[in-house]
Amino acid sequence: MRYSGFNVIKQALTGHKGWKPAWRDPEPKPSYDIIIIGGGGHGLATAHYLAKVYGERNVAVIEKGWIGGGNVGRNTTIIRSNYLLDGNEPFYEFSLKLWEGLEQDLNYNAMVSQRGIMNLIHSDAQRDAFIRRGNAMMLNGADAEYLDLAAIKREYPFLNFDDARFPIKGGLAQRRGGTVRHDAVAWGYARSADSHGVDIIQNCEVTGFRIENGKCLGVETSRGFIGAKKVGCAVAGSSGRLMAKADMRLPIESHVLQAFVSEGLKPVLPGVITFGAGHFYVSQSDKGGLVFGGDIDGYNSYAQRGNLPVVEDVCEGGMAIMPMIGRARLLRMWGGIMDMSMDGSPIIDRTHIDGLYFNGGWCYGGFKATPASGYAYAHLLARDTPHETATAYRFDRFRTGHMIDEKGMGNQPNLH
Amino acid sequence: MIINHPLLGPRDSAEFVYLGDASLIDRPDPETATPDDWHAYGYLRDNPAGALRELWFHEGGDRSWLVVTRNTLTHEITSVEMARDVARAQGRSK
Repeated sequence: MRYSGFNVIKQALTGHKGWKPAWRDPEPKPSYDIIIIGGGGHGLATAHYLAKVYGERNVAVIEKGWIGGGNVGRNTTIIRSNYLLDGNEPFYEFSLKLWEGLEQDLNYNAMVSQRGIMNLIHSDAQRDAFIRRGNAMMLNGADAEYLDLAAIKREYPFLNFDDARFPIKGGLAQRRGGTVRHDAVAWGYARSADSHGVDIIQNCEVTGFRIENGKCLGVETSRGFIGAKKVGCAVAGSSGRLMAKADMRLPIESHVLQAFVSEGLKPVLPGVITFGAGHFYVSQSDKGGLVFGGDIDGYNSYAQRGNLPVVEDVCEGGMAIMPMIGRARLLRMWGGIMDMSMDGSPIIDRTHIDGLYFNGGWCYGGFKATPASGYAYAHLLARDTPHETATAYRFDRFRTGHMIDEKGMGNQPNLH
Repeated sequence: MIINHPLLGPRDSAEFVYLGDASLIDRPDPETATPDDWHAYGYLRDNPAGALRELWFHEGGDRSWLVVTRNTLTHEITSVEMARDVARAQGRSK
């Protein structure tokens, strides 16, 4: 069923009895051409683009729990393409363009809101670095705008401009950035993939891979063996656990990242702002809650909950730039598990096992990448060549020295 | 998390800096190591869900390195050793 204003009115007048489930609940077939492991944002997006753009009709997404229950349901919903390096920026700008057309493509209201993102500048050196970044963004077709103090004061008059330690000197804005209703992304991709014939199989945990003579023949699951010509993994957060079943060690550690939301407030924050002297970022959801977060906790974890030192650090960052946040009460806080890669950038690549493909290592930037990740992964699975925007996301870049290290931190996952 | 330092007693984990898997003690021998060995040492990790032996540096304390055995599913710490002792027991130092 196509969603439209006309349909809403028609259903309202007929007692809302005509709505159908947004996707089917099929039994797994004995085999598929392509199986995607992981019914999160990236897995479902991959299935959507495989079916709609690359014409693959025999595809399944298998998910251990329920779709959208992992990091796509736990993130802080920000979209942007403000990266510096050539390996990243074309990919993230491609993603932002896909976000701009997402709702029409999916016929689903994902509440894509291009309310803008602004990175605050606190020193002259940082201004130089951010202007360089803005230039790199524009060279790759993205938008970037340097804001002086007067412009920021007009838009965000409540910020702590004259802080003794970290005074605000300016900002780098990306007007096309913003926020998206994160759950709706998973649901919209799932509904669209399903309508193009993709089987979405929930409550089906992968327990192993069937690999013979260096070729992956399918997956062993809690609902039996399912054969596949190609298997694509997209389980960021659990990548290490899943790929260990194929005896692979990854350039990835799993870390916990916490996020926070305040009680609902009247509109106070028009866009997304980030603190340049610490790690803190905040936006306001359409329900009114201030959604904010900061650094990862910094130690390996699969626990989906963090500890108090980072809560304190995040709240200090918030108080430093936006003292009024201290008047809001915290409603909820939670943790999600991140694939922290060795250079802070993701991997979309074949593995050394024929027919087994990998998508992961998204660190804490996976949500904004969802459409492009799905598109590029679908391209790789369908064509066996990398998508033009994702050629740098290779496994062997650590071996060959072609790392994509935005922050210049080296091979230390908890510093990215 | 509280790390029970072998010399100083229970200390807040916020005093420490985290490095990662304690297998980093086993640096390949530069005389014999292949590029594959260095790649694995520098970039590949086991990343288990469960017990993990890991290196913590007591930066805000006595600046000792510790090997902490911690469960990554529960954050429970089951043993804390001086990294020096672990390395010597593995023959890393004369």
